[in-house]
Amino acid sequence: MRLSPDQIIFWQHGFFKLNATIVFTWGLIVFLVVGSMLITRKLTSEHTRSRWQNLLEIIVTGIQQQIKEVGLRNPAKYLGFLGTLFLFVAAASLCTVIPGYEPPTGSLSTTAALALCVLIAVPMFGIEDQGWSGYLKSYIEPTFIMLPFNLISEVSRTLALAVRLFGNMMSGAMIIGILLSITPFIFPVVMTLLGLLTGMVQAYIFTILAAVYIAAATGTRKPKTIAAT
Amino acid sequence: MLIDWFTVGAQALNFLILVWLMKRFLYQPILHAIDEREKRIAKELADADAKRDQAQKEHDEFQHRNEEFDRQRAALLDKATDEVNAERKRLLDKARQAADALSAKRRDSLTREQQDLHEKMTRRTQEEVFAIARKALTDLAGTGLEERMSEVFTQRLRELNGESKAGLAEALKSASDPAIVRSAFDLPSEERATIQNAINETFSADVHLRFETAPDLVSGIELHANGRKVAWSIKDYLVSLEKGIAELLNEERRPEDKSTPASHGTLLE
Repeated sequence: MRLSPDQIIFWQHGFFKLNATIVFTWGLIVFLVVGSMLITRKLTSEHTRSRWQNLLEIIVTGIQQQIKEVGLRNPAKYLGFLGTLFLFVAAASLCTVIPGYEPPTGSLSTTAALALCVLIAVPMFGIEDQGWSGYLKSYIEPTFIMLPFNLISEVSRTLALAVRLFGNMMSGAMIIGILLSITPFIFPVVMTLLGLLTGMVQAYIFTILAAVYIAAATGTRKPKTIAAT
Repeated sequence: MLIDWFTVGAQALNFLILVWLMKRFLYQPILHAIDEREKRIAKELADADAKRDQAQKEHDEFQHRNEEFDRQRAALLDKATDEVNAERKRLLDKARQAADALSAKRRDSLTREQQDLHEKMTRRTQEEVFAIARKALTDLAGTGLEERMSEVFTQRLRELNGESKAGLAEALKSASDPAIVRSAFDLPSEERATIQNAINETFSADVHLRFETAPDLVSGIELHANGRKVAWSIKDYLVSLEKGIAELLNEERRPEDKSTPASHGTLLE
């Protein structure tokens, strides 16, 4: 049984290979970028605007609003990173309605890559905001004894991010695959719909958790506990 | 192995490229457009505020002017009303005067017409009475009447006395032409003789007489001598009656002219 689209390899040359994960990711990148270009090409600041512009504005301002609610003071600064995280994961989930499509987020490699990006981005934003000393000092808060626990927490939460998203996306694809072999009609459609929902939820959770980690690192506030599944 | 490290690196790179592309093609244009619109809306709101202030100012000014205009209009209206009332009063007075004058004139003319009518009626009545009398007497005139007239005439001649008799005698004596005796009918010779005798006896002289017929006497006899006259005729009676009535009418009119229209009415009644 195939657990990851990584296993579908189109071309390989030693260490370099072109598997389904990378190809579908490129497809998503092209879809997102070309779609954005097509819509933003005809942007207007008039009172009347196209429906697509309205949609994009709602999405962008919605993400901004969410970032703000997490506690980041300047949402526009983090919009690029967090917004792209959300849009990529959401798009990867939504495209599961396309037959033959394998979500790149169903690959642990992709989710690990995203989690690594978060792992690197968090201290970068933290250092940018508080300086080296300010950021490093946060590891020995409230006491020096907490340093190892803080470090473990840093690594474990990155791992959790990666595995959570992978598990959810992979399980969704697995369930549909299993159901197709048992009850080929109707029921897989329902499960696909459920998969779309869980995909959106996961995109939201991934983004919000990243935002919370950044918020914690930038010292705006302590990370709030979010019950993540 | 679930994790392929090449794929992890490639995906991280892919993600970073996607972040850059999305920033470039999605977030920046969208945020820029939103900022532009917000600026534009803020500007429009500011403009609207300015316009509202301006409108309020103009509204106040207009209201002020309106009130001023209303005041002026009310003042003008009051003035015009007063003037119109005065003019109305003046015109009414004038019209009343004119009406009074016209009414008085009409009353006068009515009174005059009534007077004229009254006079005409009186005159007509008088003329009719005389005409009837004249006609009756003319119809009655005849030989017997002529005789009686001759008698009356001779008797009157004999009764003459004093100044008139002396004057007539003088006239008869001094006259070169014969005295004329006029009668309505041709007198018979006996009557002529009687009259000749009576004249001769009365004036104690032989008087030459010439007899003439004058139908306008109606009935009667006249003696003319050198401008003097002795007569008895119905015409004389009628003339004197006419004279008497005319005098009466004149007397009546004189007090009427002086009297008020009310007394006219009373007279007319």
